[in-house]
Amino acid sequence: MTPITPFLSVQDLHVSFQTEDGIVKAVDGLSFDVEKGTTLGIVGESGSGKSVTNLAILGLHDPERTDIGGQVRLEGQELLGADRTTMERLRGNRIAMIFQDPLTALSPFHTVGRQIGEVYRKHKGASKREARERAIEMLERVGIPNAKVRVDEYPHMFSGGMRQRVMIAMALVCDPDLLIADEPTTALDVTVQAQILDLLKDLQQQTGTAIILITHDLGVVAQTAHNVLVMYAGRAVERGTMREVLGSPRHPYTWGLLSSVPRLGTSVDVPLRPVRGTPPSLINPPPGCPFHPRCDYPELAGPELCRTQRPEISPDAGHGDACYLTLRQKTDLRTVAHAAQTTQTTQTAQTAQTTHIKDRA
Amino acid sequence: MLRFLTRRTVAAAVTLVIIAAVTFFLFFAMPSDPARLACGKVCPPETLAQARHNLGLDQPIFVQFLEWLAGVFVGRDYEGLGHCSAPCLGYSFVNRAPVFNTIIDRLPVTISLTIGSSVIYLIFGVGTGVIAALNQGKALDKIASVASLIGSSMQIYFVGTLAMYFLVFQWQLIERPRYVPFTENPLEWAYGLLLPWLVLAMISTANYTRMTRSTMVEQLSEDYVRTARAKGMSGRTVITRFALRGTLSPIATIFGVDLAVLIGGAIITETTFSLQGVGRLSIQSVVNSDLPMLMATVLLAAAAIVVFNIIVDALYAVIDPRVRLS
Ligand SMILES: Nc1ncnc2c1ncn2[C@@H]1O[C@H](COP(=O)(O)OP(=O)(O)O)[C@@H](O)[C@H]1O
Ligand code: SF4
Ligand SMILES: [Mg+2]
Repeated sequence: MTPITPFLSVQDLHVSFQTEDGIVKAVDGLSFDVEKGTTLGIVGESGSGKSVTNLAILGLHDPERTDIGGQVRLEGQELLGADRTTMERLRGNRIAMIFQDPLTALSPFHTVGRQIGEVYRKHKGASKREARERAIEMLERVGIPNAKVRVDEYPHMFSGGMRQRVMIAMALVCDPDLLIADEPTTALDVTVQAQILDLLKDLQQQTGTAIILITHDLGVVAQTAHNVLVMYAGRAVERGTMREVLGSPRHPYTWGLLSSVPRLGTSVDVPLRPVRGTPPSLINPPPGCPFHPRCDYPELAGPELCRTQRPEISPDAGHGDACYLTLRQKTDLRTVAHAAQTTQTTQTAQTAQTTHIKDRA
Repeated sequence: MLRFLTRRTVAAAVTLVIIAAVTFFLFFAMPSDPARLACGKVCPPETLAQARHNLGLDQPIFVQFLEWLAGVFVGRDYEGLGHCSAPCLGYSFVNRAPVFNTIIDRLPVTISLTIGSSVIYLIFGVGTGVIAALNQGKALDKIASVASLIGSSMQIYFVGTLAMYFLVFQWQLIERPRYVPFTENPLEWAYGLLLPWLVLAMISTANYTRMTRSTMVEQLSEDYVRTARAKGMSGRTVITRFALRGTLSPIATIFGVDLAVLIGGAIITETTFSLQGVGRLSIQSVVNSDLPMLMATVLLAAAAIVVFNIIVDALYAVIDPRVRLS
């Protein structure tokens, strides 16, 4: 049963930038919904438009250089083109964001207590003292020991993982309905990654906030997401529940992404180079299926079609993908791809192991 | 902080003594004879010898230097000339007075020039820099960059002379610059120095505009500035509390240098506007071969740089908590 008004609904989102080289179509007709209390994992290679999408939701693009079209609705309220004060009231309050690198994303000039507290003061009209107490409470909640002392310290005095906890505390200080986490663990080492993901999951269970988790790591998705959106060149190429997309992936690009993960459910960070070739130009995207220059199967699906007509993802909810192969072909090919993956996996795992040992030495 | 200040003050003192020694020995090598100056135009050889002896010039050079150095701390008696109380930087035979007194006399002019003009260029420079950065690529930005290009290609003696000629003599819009002590009449003080302030500021503003603009543009694309926006801070807060904060360190750096250089003597400005500050004093002492005076002005300039260096370094730590004083 889908509710009539989704909590967050993104419809036919287009984002393009005017650059010296031409117009970069970073997001090109993207639609998805997020429900309260659920996590949507957005995956895709770097440059596929994940960050641009989420900055658009928050209205953080420079309006002078960016063209944005489509709809972004939060409980039915249109956010694209909303006026400045509306957006300022929303940001940090109902929708909060955490970024990849907590060192650069926190101000080096202010104490963490101040940075957390000022959000609370701005949106909840709290006094300085209340804000400080709230900051301490939040730091405790995200598991920072000795919060009463650390509240007066500066970000550079924290370790990477602790800094990301500070970011999370800051994002959650006003109990937002939606948390956008843009690669929140990419800059962290493996054990810390797992801790941060667990923390996000726990906090979601306590508060029921919706989460959009952006990552290029399918392991992270497997651990945390309820639903998955696979992005390629600014478009959705596959969408479904986590089990559907990771368990029976349908799009050749998703197969490629999956083959980069050593074992499903682990978060060993293997550099993502799953698919041969490079992402397409966003200024002059190839006609037809944007993935066709890198795809192994146009011959099967119909080369003319793949090269000239853009496959659309089915508009109705449920497991969907944008590829001309028949469902039957997809099931068969996936099995083959999986077999290939298994051999590759063993190698990757071994390589990872060796690197790990080398790192230690 | 205390440890930092102690350490740096000691280092500064050592630096200044070394600079004093170097200038002392350099000047000693110059073909000029203080004794002859002291002795006057008609100078019989016996009197000259006597003067030499009185000034200690018949001693080996390093003894002379040590005597000079001791004079700085405890004062010194010049036979036949009188007492020069500590800090005695030497005795000028041109002015027939201790060097230190003359410097103290002239310093307020130079300090007034420095304070007034630096307030003006700091406000205008940083202000236009911020405005330019916020309007990147737009008309205001282009106007600011053209203006600062013109400003920075100007020379004080050129602008100053033009200003004197037109504003003061031709159109008589403003009176000839003069120095009235602040304590005597603050308004007259400001009015008398307004023209030199503006001219001096006009030249320097451009540096601050360009510097502020470029760091501000960098700051605006910093992640933490984006975070500030992402958490709902208003546009003005984002700029003043976050972006501007990051431009303070580089501004403090050039500001410190500029202040130090100006205190050391705004030679050209003072000459152009005939103000009797330290800058003119140093020029006059060169012309008059007044070595003790010249040496004192050199030392003053050096001291200004050393002191402002310490201040700027301490400021860094105040501005940016990541900087640790050591
Ligand atoms: N402000 C911008 N101006 C021009 N191009 C941009 C801008 N921001 C992002 N892009 C381009 O848009 C594409 C998508 O970027 P992004 O959403 O950051 O990718 P990712 O999926 O790695 O988060 C990239 O090709 C990037 O170069
Ligand atoms: S539509 Fe064609 S080119 Fe695109 S992914 Fe499917 S088979 Fe490959
Ligand atoms: Mg990104």
